[in-house]
This record gives sequence, C-alpha cells and structure tokens, in this order.
Amino acid sequence: MATAHQPPVVAEDEAVAGAVDTAAAAVDTAALESAFDAAVAADERIEPRDWMPDAYRATLVRQIAQHAHSEIIGMQPEANWITRAPSLRRKAILMAKVQDEAGHGLYLYSAAETLGTSRDELLDKLHAGRQKYSSIFNYPTLTWADVGAIGWLVDGAAITNQVPLCRCSYGPYARAMVRICKEESFHQRQGYELLLALSRGTPEQHEMAQDAVNRWWWPSLMMFGPPDAESSHSEQSMTWKIKRHSNDELRQRFVDICVPQAESLGLTLPDPDLKWNEERGQHDFGAIDWSEFWSVLKGNGPCNEQRLTQRRRAHEEGAWVREAAAAYAAKHSDHDKDRRPATPGTHGEATA
Amino acid sequence: MTTAPRTADAAALALGDDALVLSHRLGEWAGHAPVLEEEVALANIALDLLGQARVLLSLVGDEDELAYLREERAFRNVQLVEQPNGDFAHTITRQLYFSVYQHLLYDRLATTDSELAPLAAKAAKEVAYHRDHAEQWTLRLGDGTAESHERMQRGLDALWRFTGELFQPVQGLDVDGESLRTEWTAVVTSVVRKATLTVPEGPQTGAWTAGAGRQGLHTESFGRMLAEMQHLHRSHPGASW
Repeated sequence: MATAHQPPVVAEDEAVAGAVDTAAAAVDTAALESAFDAAVAADERIEPRDWMPDAYRATLVRQIAQHAHSEIIGMQPEANWITRAPSLRRKAILMAKVQDEAGHGLYLYSAAETLGTSRDELLDKLHAGRQKYSSIFNYPTLTWADVGAIGWLVDGAAITNQVPLCRCSYGPYARAMVRICKEESFHQRQGYELLLALSRGTPEQHEMAQDAVNRWWWPSLMMFGPPDAESSHSEQSMTWKIKRHSNDELRQRFVDICVPQAESLGLTLPDPDLKWNEERGQHDFGAIDWSEFWSVLKGNGPCNEQRLTQRRRAHEEGAWVREAAAAYAAKHSDHDKDRRPATPGTHGEATA
Repeated sequence: MTTAPRTADAAALALGDDALVLSHRLGEWAGHAPVLEEEVALANIALDLLGQARVLLSLVGDEDELAYLREERAFRNVQLVEQPNGDFAHTITRQLYFSVYQHLLYDRLATTDSELAPLAAKAAKEVAYHRDHAEQWTLRLGDGTAESHERMQRGLDALWRFTGELFQPVQGLDVDGESLRTEWTAVVTSVVRKATLTVPEGPQTGAWTAGAGRQGLHTESFGRMLAEMQHLHRSHPGASW
C-alpha cells in the first residue's frame, strides 16, 4: 500500500487547542478509515507504517499470536518421537521438521512485532493461558505413525487454511505465510510418504498407520474451526481480507483432497457417512462431535495441561540463560567488534 | 562380524558414533530450549552431526543396522558425547569441549590422504559454526550473571574428566594426538579465560583408563539412551520405515 494512507505528520505545537483538534481528528480518522477500506477493497497490502483501525490491528495480533503459539507448542507432540525415530533418515526428516516449526514461530512472532507487540508479551500471555494455540496439539502422539498422521492430516489441514493467508491484506503476515506454506507442503508430503511406508509394510506397521489415521481424522476436521453459523470472528475478518474463505468451505476442500489420498495410501478414513455426492460434486461426510472440540478448547483435552506445563517450564528454566545473554550484551555493547574481520589498513602490518 | 574390521572402518565407526550420539543428545533439547533461537540452533547442529554420522557409518555398513542393532559395548564414541544434557551450561560445555576437538581433528584429517579426508573437509566447515556457537555461549554464560557464571564453571568442571579421551590414538586415524591436545588446550584455555572462567585443574580421565569409550566402555546413562533410541526399530525386526 502506498504512503497516502499514512497519518499526516502533526507538529507538536499544532496539537494545542482541544475542541477544534478533536473535531479535526474525527474528520482525519474518517478519511484514514475510508482510505484503509479502499485499499483493502482494492487488494492492496497494508504495511506496518500504514494507518489501520485498532480492531484490525487487534484481530491480526490475536490471529498471528495464536498461529505462532501453535508452531512452538506443535513442536512438542512431534519432538516426542525424535529420540525414538526408527531409522536415521526418518530421524533427520523429523528433526528438520521440528526445527522448521521453531523457525515458523520466529517469523510469526516477528510479524506480530511489526504490529507493536513483542514476543515476550505474547509468550507471557500464552504461558498465562490468556492466548490460545491450535487445539489439535492437545492430542497425544502415541505411536510412530502419529508423526505421519500429523504430517499428512494436520499439516494438510493447516495448509488448506494457510494458503489463502498468503493473500492476506496485512503484508508481513502474508509474506511470512508464503514461506511457511512452502515448508508445510514439504512436511505434508513427508507425512504422507511416512504413512505409505507403514501402510505397505508389515501387518503391524499397517495397523499402526490405520490406528493413527483413526485417531487424527476427526480432530483434523475440527482444525477449521466451528461451523460458519457459530464462528465469532469470521465476518469481519472476511471484510478485512484477513480471512478469505469460510471455515466450512475450507473443511469441505480438505475432505475432498484427503479422500483420494487415503485411497492411494491404502488406509480408511473413519467415517461411515463419507461418500461422493454427485449432485454437489463434493464429498458428504458425517457429523463432527463439536462437544469434543469445545471441551478441548476449554482446556480439557488429553494434553492441554502437559503442553502448557512443558512450555512454561522451558521458559522458566531458560530465564537465567536469557538474563545472562542480556547482561553480557549490556557489558559488551561493542562486543561485535571482536567478531568483525579486521579491515585492511587498520593494522600497521597490513599497510606497511 | 568374524573378520577384523579394516582400520579405516574403525576410524569411521569411532567418529560416526561420536556424531550419532551427540546428535541424539542434542535432539533431546527439542521443545525444551531456553529461547526460540536456540531451538533452531541446537537442532541445526544436531542435523549436521546426524548427516556426518550417516556418511561415516555408511562407509562401514548399513547405517541403521549399525545405529539400531548394536549393543552398548559395541559403540565406539567417546564418553563425553554420551553425557546427559544437564542444564544449558552443561550442554554448552559439552559442545565447547567436543566441537573444538572435532574442528581441529577434521581440519587435520582433511589434509591427509585418508579415505575420510573429503568428508572431513566438508564437515570442518559445519563444525566451525558449532564451535563458534559454543564459544559465543561460553562467553555469554561465563561473563553474564553471577548465576550463569557459576553454572558454566560447574559445567566445565564436571565434564573436564571426559576430555582426556579425545586425544587417545584411534585406529586408522593418522592424526598426532599430542599436537591435537596442545592446540585444543590452548583454544579452550583462551575461550574459558576470556569468559572470566577458570580452566579446571583436575585429572582429564575418570577411574577408567583414557580411551574407554573407544574400547566400548560407556557410562550408565548411555544404556538408557540406546534403549530409547533403538526400541522401536528393534520391536519390528526386518521392517523398513
């Protein structure tokens, strides 16, 4: 978006008389708001220095924070299997994946920082239970096949949700999502390939894969959020082009993508009502148990307590490390001089 | 195995096991690191090491058979790398002691006509970053707060007795252990002093003779580490993953 949407610079001495200024400010705000609306409607990107409504900023911070928290909490169920990965190749893939998630967390906290909210502030809110992360990570990874099911289904659902975010109206978020989606689609393929190896492996391995898909299928469908009729943030976010498709649209898209993939995998999706609807050109699927969704969201999932406790513990146990780094930086604010290669000419022998 | 391994195999096994085991220990940090940047850094180092391990073990045989089907006494890594993570200072100490050794070793190995020279040349570049990471954290923890200073000194002292093993001759490695020791000591001393810490004075070996890990004598926690690492693979004999 162009600089036209930036607030006019007001010199301090102009900001003196109360009533006149308030009226002028109201006019200014109205003008800024209509310029903002026009920019969003024209599919222009909003950038950090552009004026934006407070509610737009707050919505983005909430959504980006929740996304960032999901990345770092999401490391836990998969890291659970790093030390037990059954081959060195799988171990390398899994470690790289968990590392990517930490990286995604970093981009997203940085995107939130462009809106004036620090990573520390957001982490404090997560640790205090005042901000959420994706409920899917409150389910446990019980077998190795769960690593594959998370890749195929959970990352698959995340991609379906996130690809439209690459066109989100807020520039830094949209750009972070481009990179994240590329990496996520890699993870999704790796998860699929892991399940394929199991499905075509020994009967025990096949059974392990089927069991994991049975457990992860329904929670994955819940990742798209409540049905459109009950979604509290959807409408405004659609107008602002933070969100571009409804929860139910995306869920349907995901189901339609998964059905043929499950067939190629030789695995069954645990829904007796799942069938192709010729008329709609889409799959019909069974009713989702929303009471489970709300219950997990409210903190009663199998791992809510465990995930948050581990996150808090890592943060608390790491406090002395972060304090040490800060203390060192304060003492050696010129420390990077040590690390800079010597410039030719600064030493006698170089010019002699 | 009935025939004695080739000498190059012994070297590849020793260095491969070092990388495999340290990578595993670093992998245990995932989700527990003190700051997000360290989640990325520690995983990165673990991945480099795992990559080295896979190349080295593949020179000897099937990488998965070697990693998952050997018993504890058949591993040839130094005891230093199998030591549990402890706190972050303990892990950084292990990284400092080992990455300085590995960097100096690979640098030397790269210029020999050993079968391992090409790998060493490539790995030395990765390990230079591991060493820098460990040195920079040693400075920050040593010269940070009173608490971090104390923890870092405790780490240096606790792991010191595992450092003597690094300089024992390894079959098939044409590297002069004494010159390696001299240079390692100089580098570590300089970093430790700059970090306002003290170089430990105790012995560099425990009750076992130096070189124990290279002979298949390990510490108690290593068996549990292997049990965790190997159980799934061993539970499905002959399966592929």
